Amino acid sequence: MINKLKYIFIAASLVAISCNNTAKDTEATAENATEQATDNAISDMSIYNLPSNWTTQDGNEIELKELKGKVLAMVMIYTSCQAACPRLVADMRNIEKQIPEDKIDDVQFVFVSIDPKTDTPERLTEFALENKMEDDKWLFLRGTEDDTREFAAVLAVNYKKISPMDFSHSNIISVFNQAGELAHQQEGLGVDNKETVQAIIDLAK
Amino acid sequence: MKYYSTALFLLLSLFCKLSAQNDKMAMVEGGVYLPLYGAEGKTVKVEPFLMDVHPVTNADYLKFVQENPKWKKSNVKSLFADKSYLSKWTDDTTFTGLKDAPVNNVSWFAAKNYCECQGKRLPTMDEWEYAAMANENVPDARKIKAYNQYILNWYETPKTFNQPVGSTFKNYYGIYDLHGLVWEWTQDFNTVLISGESRKDVDKDANLFCGSAAIGASDLMNYAAFMRYAFRGSMKARYSSQNLGFRCAKDIEN
Repeated sequence: MINKLKYIFIAASLVAISCNNTAKDTEATAENATEQATDNAISDMSIYNLPSNWTTQDGNEIELKELKGKVLAMVMIYTSCQAACPRLVADMRNIEKQIPEDKIDDVQFVFVSIDPKTDTPERLTEFALENKMEDDKWLFLRGTEDDTREFAAVLAVNYKKISPMDFSHSNIISVFNQAGELAHQQEGLGVDNKETVQAIIDLAK
Repeated sequence: MKYYSTALFLLLSLFCKLSAQNDKMAMVEGGVYLPLYGAEGKTVKVEPFLMDVHPVTNADYLKFVQENPKWKKSNVKSLFADKSYLSKWTDDTTFTGLKDAPVNNVSWFAAKNYCECQGKRLPTMDEWEYAAMANENVPDARKIKAYNQYILNWYETPKTFNQPVGSTFKNYYGIYDLHGLVWEWTQDFNTVLISGESRKDVDKDANLFCGSAAIGASDLMNYAAFMRYAFRGSMKARYSSQNLGFRCAKDIEN
């Protein structure tokens, strides 16, 4: 019976998050008044309005809003990709190299998997190792297929599974400010990333 | 896990109680079809599913925003809807037009959440295209000239969104208005990767993109479908448009 109640409570929270603002607010107030204040500070265009949950390469569960306060450089990839993704990874590294020492701690580089079925936390960890991206500034995320599709919609990234192994997808690196608002997008592969680097430098403390 | 799903379902119905007026769904038998876009020559399998018989109406949507105030015109976050969201409503609770006309000017985020709050979901693009191949009598009417002409004539008719739902033909599955009133959001609208008309940044794949071929296609059906795919490819999830509405779908529970 206790278990049953627990499930109902979990379900209630889930529903509250996805379908009813008022309930969410009440719950937040009950839980933590400080967090409520933080919630209110989220602007209309912030990606931190998304209720989605993600798993990191280390197997930790996080909500996007936990990234609040850092400048984000985000890209959507999948680890078994042979064509575009290695170049997107290279583009990200190339951008990272151009951020000055005193700014780098304020920047988080985020890879979001478009193939959550294949890209388990273990797979993401391997991928990070292979690409020498073990440092904390590199973050790899996977979510549910539904949340991934929604997140792609926010980034205006289109993707489609074209075979059991492969996806076709838009190549876009997005820069978000500390409040989670989209500040800059770089479209295409191996493009001149001067503007992207500048956008990050301008935003980072 | 069983308790969990039951509780979730019960609570979904509690928190998101909606009018049953648009609750009628029809079964679409599954099958295999060749979509306009996809890996070349590859058919797609569509599992049997349920689809709303009518598009969501203004009255349905009003009830939804009243019960879920975050989707009211004045509350909606700009991340989830652009400025034209419900642009023809005069205020948060007053729509213009018929109560049983399809709701339009809604974003993908709003449509998606509406369906979720009914324990449903948006149809996938394949499901939608599959169901929409049917005319009154046969599940695949794509080769029937009169059917294609009907769709193209509709595309040329302005302001059909003002007509009540159910005013077009009842198709093979018992579904109305897939062609004739509004275009409809699909769950995976952002799988469309058409170069040229669409974004320039797309990973080029000759097997996937046959946009130019479709433009030159002599088959009228392809032209109508091409317009739908091109439209989807041009949309972003926060956009809304006056000729775009939606309906919900659902898996068949075993």
